[in-house]
Amino acid sequence: MDLLNYAFMQRALLAAVLVGITAPAVGIYLVQRRQALMGDGIGHVAMTGVGLGFLLSTSPVWMATLVSVLGAVLMELIRWYGRTRGDIALAMLFYGGMAGGVMFINLAPGGSNANLTSYLFGSLSTVSQSDVVAICLLAAFVVLVTLGLRRQLFAVSQDEEFARVTGLPVRALNLLTAVTAAVTVTVAMRVVGLLLVSALMVVPVAAAQQLSRSFAATFAIAVAIGVSVTIGGTVTSYYQDVPPGATIVLLTIAAFIVLTALATPLARRRARALAAARPVGDPAECAIPASRGAGDEVGV
Amino acid sequence: MGDDTSDVTSGVTSGVRAEPVVAMRRVTAELGSRPVLRGIDLTVRRGEVVALLGANGSGKSTAVRSVIGQVPVSAGEIELFGTPRHRFRDWARVGYVPQRTTAAGGVPATVTEIVSSGRLSRTRFGVFRRADRAAVHRALELVGMADRAKDSVNALSGGQHQRVLIARALAADPELLIMDEPMAGVDLASQEVLARTLQEQVAQGATVLLVLHELGPLEPLIDRAVVLRDGCVLHDGPPPKAVGQHALPGHDHVHPHDATGADPIRTGLLS
Repeated sequence: MDLLNYAFMQRALLAAVLVGITAPAVGIYLVQRRQALMGDGIGHVAMTGVGLGFLLSTSPVWMATLVSVLGAVLMELIRWYGRTRGDIALAMLFYGGMAGGVMFINLAPGGSNANLTSYLFGSLSTVSQSDVVAICLLAAFVVLVTLGLRRQLFAVSQDEEFARVTGLPVRALNLLTAVTAAVTVTVAMRVVGLLLVSALMVVPVAAAQQLSRSFAATFAIAVAIGVSVTIGGTVTSYYQDVPPGATIVLLTIAAFIVLTALATPLARRRARALAAARPVGDPAECAIPASRGAGDEVGV
Repeated sequence: MGDDTSDVTSGVTSGVRAEPVVAMRRVTAELGSRPVLRGIDLTVRRGEVVALLGANGSGKSTAVRSVIGQVPVSAGEIELFGTPRHRFRDWARVGYVPQRTTAAGGVPATVTEIVSSGRLSRTRFGVFRRADRAAVHRALELVGMADRAKDSVNALSGGQHQRVLIARALAADPELLIMDEPMAGVDLASQEVLARTLQEQVAQGATVLLVLHELGPLEPLIDRAVVLRDGCVLHDGPPPKAVGQHALPGHDHVHPHDATGADPIRTGLLS
């Protein structure tokens, strides 16, 4: 494994593993509440943060974190109050965020859309020491929230109305989910890029669902898939000189297709096993009720 | 139906009236600009089983959802266990069964995982102890779903979904059960399980407020029926008796979702 001898590859692999863990860990709650594309929206808003980072010559990662957290909170507020045409408001936020990013980066001294490209599509080999520190801190926060509050987040994402009646602080938990998703987007930004972030949040969860029956198993399998594809994609990009972000996302989709193909015969076998274990007197097929005899038929 | 509009609080026959668990006084509520509740008075006392009846759009669902704070109230007072609702925090005493046709979300989950979220109100920071796990198991046994504990809810029938939702409400050992159409889309076998579960809860002193479309198999349990029409209380008293076609001895209830293998119900004259 000669690739581990390079410091830039060590940083790249560390960042990739952290993204592989955090993106599905947050994504599972977004999928559960049927907001699978929220990560995509936050990714668009984060572009304004990157642009601002360049304009103000501060760290684009921290600036993107700040702006995407604000954007996620704003999206959550729109969900509460904007009952009518919430989708339009969200669309404006998404495209406003994207346009803001392009505008700010071109206003920045010496800035051009070329600077933005590495954030849009990821640029693993240019991950710096300070980026790695930021990514580690943010990933620790995400893991703490998604594992530590899993029961509360599960309840709120499963049935918000019921969760409110159990006395859970639903609004606070929703805001926390939004903030955690925003943080994850900025963690993943350097690895897969803002435009592909959402894929790593959603597709591993969708792939895991093909195999699992429980939430806990879905969580574990999704994270396992996430870590496998981010490591696999990073290593592939080192040897084959292909863009890591795109490689990772394509690998994730391949994993989804393979698992879906495997799941169908697996489910069939499971059903057969269940039928074999069925006690006598519990027939698998419909039977005519015993009480119904020929006498029931009304002759004409 | 009723010319009997006298203030009857049957069920509790002791001389002293039990304290009110739910109290609504002159409650009004709007959805958008449309008034849905126009001054509802409703009291449910400890140990009572009260059914809210009425046609679609009569406000019965809105009434129970206002009790648990899911619908903003524009005027009037609501009290839970003697505490004004906006100051009520003791939610573990309330078990709520929302109107749902499914317990499933966007990600697979087992029956136990769903029912466990009903126990959260009794835990500290969501940490489950042995007693909490036992309570979840007990709730599953109450609705006859203990053997399906590890199954995905996606594999369940409509009636079993409803049983899971009720087990979720029972997991916190509530004193007050609020159910919004628990019998909707439920097969006959599950209806009977639910009726038996409710009967056990009532026997142990639970108070029940439930929205129903028709009394059905729960009829013998119900102490009092409150009938709503256009957001007003039309009747508050003993459950209305079936009248007309429905009361004829030959009236045959045909339910399309009979449990597989069950004998057809033949109460009609022709069978």
